[in-house]
Amino acid sequence: MFARLVYESFRRQKRRKFLAGAAITLGVTVATAMIGVATDIGDKINRELRTIGANLVITPQEDSLDVEIGGVNLKPPSDGAFLNEADLPRIKDIFWRNNVTGFSPMLPVTVTLQHEGKQPDVTLLGTYFARHVPLSGEDFVTGVRSTHLWWKVAGTWPQDEEKDSSQEVLVGQRLAQKAGLKQGDEISVSRKQFRVTGILSTGGAEDDEIVAPLSVAQEILNRPGAVRRIYVSALTKPEDAFARRDPKSMSGAVLERWSCTPYPQSIAYQLAAAIPHSHVEQIRQVSQNEGAVLTRIEGLIFLITIAALLAAALAVSAAMATAIFERRAEVGLMKALGAGKIAVASVFFAEATLLALIGGIAGFAAGSLLARQIGQSIFNSQISIQPVLLPVILGIAVIVTFAGSAAAIRRAIDLDPVFALRGGL
Amino acid sequence: MFWRMLWRAAILRRGRAASALLAMVVAAAVTTALLNLYVDVQAKLQHEFRNYGANIVLVAKDGASLPSDTISRVDSLLAGRGIAAPFGMIVARTSSGQPIVVAGTDFNRVRQLDKWWSVSNWPSAPQQALIGLRAQSTVGPANQAFDLKFQGRILRLSPAGTVQTGAAEDSRIYISLADFVAWTNVQPSTVEVAANGNPNEVAGILNELTRAIPAADVRPVRQIMEGEARVLGKTRATLLAASVLIILTAALCVLSTLMGWVYDRRRDFATMKALGASTRLLNGFFAAEAAALGAVGALIGFVIGIGIAAWIGRVNFHAAVTPRFDVLPVVLAGSITVTLLSAILPISRLRRVQPAVILRGE
Repeated sequence: MFARLVYESFRRQKRRKFLAGAAITLGVTVATAMIGVATDIGDKINRELRTIGANLVITPQEDSLDVEIGGVNLKPPSDGAFLNEADLPRIKDIFWRNNVTGFSPMLPVTVTLQHEGKQPDVTLLGTYFARHVPLSGEDFVTGVRSTHLWWKVAGTWPQDEEKDSSQEVLVGQRLAQKAGLKQGDEISVSRKQFRVTGILSTGGAEDDEIVAPLSVAQEILNRPGAVRRIYVSALTKPEDAFARRDPKSMSGAVLERWSCTPYPQSIAYQLAAAIPHSHVEQIRQVSQNEGAVLTRIEGLIFLITIAALLAAALAVSAAMATAIFERRAEVGLMKALGAGKIAVASVFFAEATLLALIGGIAGFAAGSLLARQIGQSIFNSQISIQPVLLPVILGIAVIVTFAGSAAAIRRAIDLDPVFALRGGL
Repeated sequence: MFWRMLWRAAILRRGRAASALLAMVVAAAVTTALLNLYVDVQAKLQHEFRNYGANIVLVAKDGASLPSDTISRVDSLLAGRGIAAPFGMIVARTSSGQPIVVAGTDFNRVRQLDKWWSVSNWPSAPQQALIGLRAQSTVGPANQAFDLKFQGRILRLSPAGTVQTGAAEDSRIYISLADFVAWTNVQPSTVEVAANGNPNEVAGILNELTRAIPAADVRPVRQIMEGEARVLGKTRATLLAASVLIILTAALCVLSTLMGWVYDRRRDFATMKALGASTRLLNGFFAAEAAALGAVGALIGFVIGIGIAAWIGRVNFHAAVTPRFDVLPVVLAGSITVTLLSAILPISRLRRVQPAVILRGE
């Protein structure tokens, strides 16, 4: 009897059920999409913030002091210590390897540029552009094209794969202007011929330099495998008081908790352990500020999500209240036939639960699609909703539907059947 | 008669009218708050991004020095639209003959410009130096005075504290500009400027600086400006998408509540029609009722929404969100449109039905 009441109610009142179901679906869609966006926004903005550059730098531990003015290092290029290029893949071997979005080794050398009779001394910076790094299991491409996103090239980027010893370089735009170089020119650096594939513009010291594949710089310096410093771009969690504690003073369990949080400090700590004879420093300009920006944006989206959830809950409640209010006569009839308050209420609650479940599943699917669409169109990357969220969302949908119906059901039940059946108030 | 009908309708059906009004108020409040935040979030985040330091750098052309009045000219040109700090740099030698970069600057300005510098103690007296963390071991034992030599002239400095940034600053020694100029006779060669405002305003300041100081190469710090533009753009786009979703939900909520309300009153409608009210009068009556509800709801919602926006500004950005009163007409017009729409839809359906059928209760 009970099941039949519910079934017939759905069969006979398709329009009303459809309207209420549509409201629930819409509410759940908005809620799911916003929760998806809110949980992923930190990661997405973190990636956007990587435009500002690497947040960690690895230098040799026993390095002599840099004598750098205006981006030009006056320290003799062969002076001081070097890191080993062969250690680079270890960066992607640390616990937080998936948070490392890219790294670029740098090796500056001073060279003499010979072009059209002039012989100015310039800095040649050896680096990776977009280099395949051999890793166990995956193919990782890294270099300045992923860590230094503000570098712009008029022309094409040089090839820097290991197999062909590249003869292609970039020339900084101010240097190109001074020396009268343009794309496609042949230049001679340290008695070797190179082809200029593009003019580089960075707004920084590189505008006065030649930028070449790392192997070229190593060859000129005659130090195979040498790297002066490595810039690492990593996704980090904004640091807090716990992050600033010294890992050396921590006990086992605390140290584990500290290392298992992607603070800039703990990633730096792991990198220093992974690369022999290295010193890892966070670039404070980048890492300190991104925490603040990230916290603000996450907080904003979090508050907006709460607003969205409230609006969705309100829409669902309003639709349910309206749907039940329209069925006072039915309640009157049931009561006139001798149904108790509990029996009447349970019929309505069963209907509400059914509606909430159907609407919730449909809304969850639509919301996942919507979140994906938002991710695709704004961030060019996917926002995926964890399936784990489904029971949570369904639970919320049922509770909200219940809450929305409760007041209306009570009012309908308390009404005298005579008035309800007569159709007045 | 018309006004009395409107008034009595609101009084007699308090419960239903109140729930419709509540839906309207919530929708208007959420819309107001979101529009306010959307307009304001750019300014708020730009403020955060100024902590990244300079977005414009002035460098003397061809390695020369800038004229000594450069910083005062930059200041008067900025006129509160940002902050500038001068830097002069030379290579000096320590007593053991090691080369080291010594920079002269204005510590008060640097403190405001480069907030990420982690400084143990800022120098406050002349002849005090701020020592980069990596340079520390080069200049000698900690907390002891040391000598630096530049072109035969010796300067005796006492360390005030250390600076750590993770970048080139770590291997330098910073002294006050007055000490620097007196010792080396070299004027600053670089001025770093953190200009406030949106990209157009910053580009404007960049152009003004280029014209005003011909001795300098004026360059934008591209990585900061581009990163800022990207993050701001994406955040605003996300906020816009969220706002559209929420406003749409709120509008539909109002629509369904109001439609239910009007549909519920089909008996009133039928009675009026049976008593001889013209269709125009009936339409006018329900439309006026809806518009009044929309206007009242929008006004109350606007006030609440401004409050919500201000609260979010305080909690999240630790700064006030200025109320935007230009949002009010938009919210008002939107509310009235939605309420009118939700009144007209059921009416147009009821109009075709005979009053007798409705009154009979079918």
